[in-house]
Amino acid sequence: MFDYAPAPENPDIARVKQHYQPFINGEFTDGGGEPLKTLNPATGEVLAEVSTVSSSDVDNAVSAAREAFERVWSPMPGTERAKYVFRLARLIQERARELAVLESLDNGKPIKESRDTDIPTAAAHFFYHAGWADKLGYAGLGRDPKPLGVAGQVIPWNFPLLMLAWKIAPALATGNTVVLKPAETTPLTALVFAEICQQAELPPGVVNIVPGGGDVGQTLVSHPGVDKVAFTGSTEVGKQIQRQLAGSRTRLTLELGGKAANIVFDDAAIDQAIEGIVNGIFFNQGHVCCAGSRLLVRESVVDEVLTKLRARVETLRIGDPLDKNTDIGAINSAEQLAKIRELVASGEGEGASRWTSPCPVPERGFFFAPTVFSDVESSMRIAREEIFGPVLSVQTFRTLDEAVTMANTTPYGLSAGVWTEKGSRILWLTSRLRAGVVWANTFNRFDPAAPFGGYKESGFGREGGRSGLAAYLQGDDDD
Amino acid sequence: MTERVGVAKTYKLYVGGKFPRSESGRSYPVTSHDGAFRANAAQASRKDLRDAVVAARGAFGGWSGATAYNRGQVLYRVAEVMEGRRQQFVAEVRDAEGLPSGDAESVVDTAIDRWVWYAGWTDKLAAVLGATNPVAGPYFSFTVPEPTGVVGVLAPQRSSLLGLVSLLAPVVATGCTAVVVSSAARPLPAITLAEVLATSDVPGGVVNLLTGQAAELGPWLASHADVNALDLTGADAEQRVELARAAADTVKRVLRLPEQEPDWTTPPGIARLRAYLEDKTVWHPMGV
Repeated sequence: MFDYAPAPENPDIARVKQHYQPFINGEFTDGGGEPLKTLNPATGEVLAEVSTVSSSDVDNAVSAAREAFERVWSPMPGTERAKYVFRLARLIQERARELAVLESLDNGKPIKESRDTDIPTAAAHFFYHAGWADKLGYAGLGRDPKPLGVAGQVIPWNFPLLMLAWKIAPALATGNTVVLKPAETTPLTALVFAEICQQAELPPGVVNIVPGGGDVGQTLVSHPGVDKVAFTGSTEVGKQIQRQLAGSRTRLTLELGGKAANIVFDDAAIDQAIEGIVNGIFFNQGHVCCAGSRLLVRESVVDEVLTKLRARVETLRIGDPLDKNTDIGAINSAEQLAKIRELVASGEGEGASRWTSPCPVPERGFFFAPTVFSDVESSMRIAREEIFGPVLSVQTFRTLDEAVTMANTTPYGLSAGVWTEKGSRILWLTSRLRAGVVWANTFNRFDPAAPFGGYKESGFGREGGRSGLAAYLQGDDDD
Repeated sequence: MTERVGVAKTYKLYVGGKFPRSESGRSYPVTSHDGAFRANAAQASRKDLRDAVVAARGAFGGWSGATAYNRGQVLYRVAEVMEGRRQQFVAEVRDAEGLPSGDAESVVDTAIDRWVWYAGWTDKLAAVLGATNPVAGPYFSFTVPEPTGVVGVLAPQRSSLLGLVSLLAPVVATGCTAVVVSSAARPLPAITLAEVLATSDVPGGVVNLLTGQAAELGPWLASHADVNALDLTGADAEQRVELARAAADTVKRVLRLPEQEPDWTTPPGIARLRAYLEDKTVWHPMGV
């Protein structure tokens, strides 16, 4: 195989500051919380210090958002609101390289992914939703749908800026204002986005960014001044939030975990499928809620699939996230790395066969080599629990019905994959898989025009497309 | 000549297409609005409720997999069969709710018409709520609404027929299956409706109707891991909060409700249909 010379992106492009501040009512000010240090997971070293918010800062942010909602943002004609959101899209594009490098430094994801997926897709979300701002009467929610008010939004660390875009773009386009809490380990691109809001001359209070830990998230989602809560993260925390908001008038959408089945039939184009399997589980170090973490292979081709899969995975380069040739970057945190190791140990303990790529792994920082488990039983934890790491569990099936049953036997229902050259089988299967997104002969495709979200315990509500707008609007016939 | 003695009916549950008594053997007296004894209705238990969920889950594959045209015809058939028993419904609603007969007639007519309205929706939902997604890449991407699964319904306590139909028809129109707890004090029109469903080509298990106490059965319904969504209309305000909290353990969809039981004669929108539908987005590459 080829050797690759190092091709590192220049970290200075990220313009990392030593100290970052919360963004409330259009201004950066230190918050009253304990400052946090965000690490570069590829080195384990401190990247920057971030001032966090106290509960009174959250009060101020919610009040600022309320004021902006009532005085400026919701009365503003959609045509004008649209132009602000278009500006945000353009500014993200203009600062795309800076944001990509910063995202890779703070999150650990390979630069080719932050550069080619995260940042461009984030900009696309703003561009897409901007166009809706003055067309909401065509959203299928009646002639005159109304914004809900102040949205409290809590996002995860796996796609920091992209998840921000999924949350803020539809909220703003529909006339809501926002208080958003970025993840504790990845707050930086959200705070650069706050600068972008200033550059766009967005009215103060329309977007507020409140860094902090889980306690800040708790305060925000249970704040009485919040009309709408949108959360992306673990199913466990999602359930807590749903419990907390039970019986209140606050609206809620949840985008939670997954344990997606990626089903490979004997008539699949195997080489294509291998690429899809690799993308499905190793994209973003497997830190993907819709990752294809359960590979279901028809028994007759499992040997071929496993052999080719291992050969392909061996070629994946793990290492410096800023290297343009890196395929697998750093695990986002020591905590997440420990969780992955614990689950992998459970897989070995429960009798599954582990194979791990012999690729060289950096000694510093948080890394985990791509791992494939075969001889996996449905009862094992690695087949049931979300690992959120570069670990694939392989099981086999014989009949179509068995594949469907295996795929659906999980409390989750976020995504699924199907690999077969037979069109009728794809359509039959897609209608039977209880999952919000089904990728057939592809995997991990995302687009602002395509609704995304889960069945069952993977959450409710959709992001993207016309359906995504419903999460932020009161329709004519909604109670 | 002695006067003919009427044949009194035993009112039972409706589960899996059959009419069993409560496995618990319990019953409770039901009276008319002015206190006259009418029947000993079966008082459903936790076990009955679980049986009903099993029946609803078992029926889900067939019902959700039926063509939308077929589901529409079945729902329309419900209206047809109700129409044939219109006088019986009018008498029962008047008896249970104490309405003047003109009002009772209007309530029954509206209930029948509501089935017709929802019958027409089954094969339009995908066109109105679905989409082809113009994604930025060589893929064909489309989104279709699919039924969320088994829906638990606590029927309104006051409106014994129209309220019940307003809650139930959208559930089954989407392709979901239902476990319904009827009004506790006014269960008889619900049981008659079950008899209509049983003779209207609605497959057994698609609708399961329990008579009894929402306060007793609600918690089991809300915490049941095989129920996907809840309409808590029939619970009081305090209990709604508790049930919604229990529902969070399995991330159930809990329908957003007005504080008070609404005026059921108001024509519905599609909010209830949307509540029981999941968007499924499918992607496939385009190329040669």
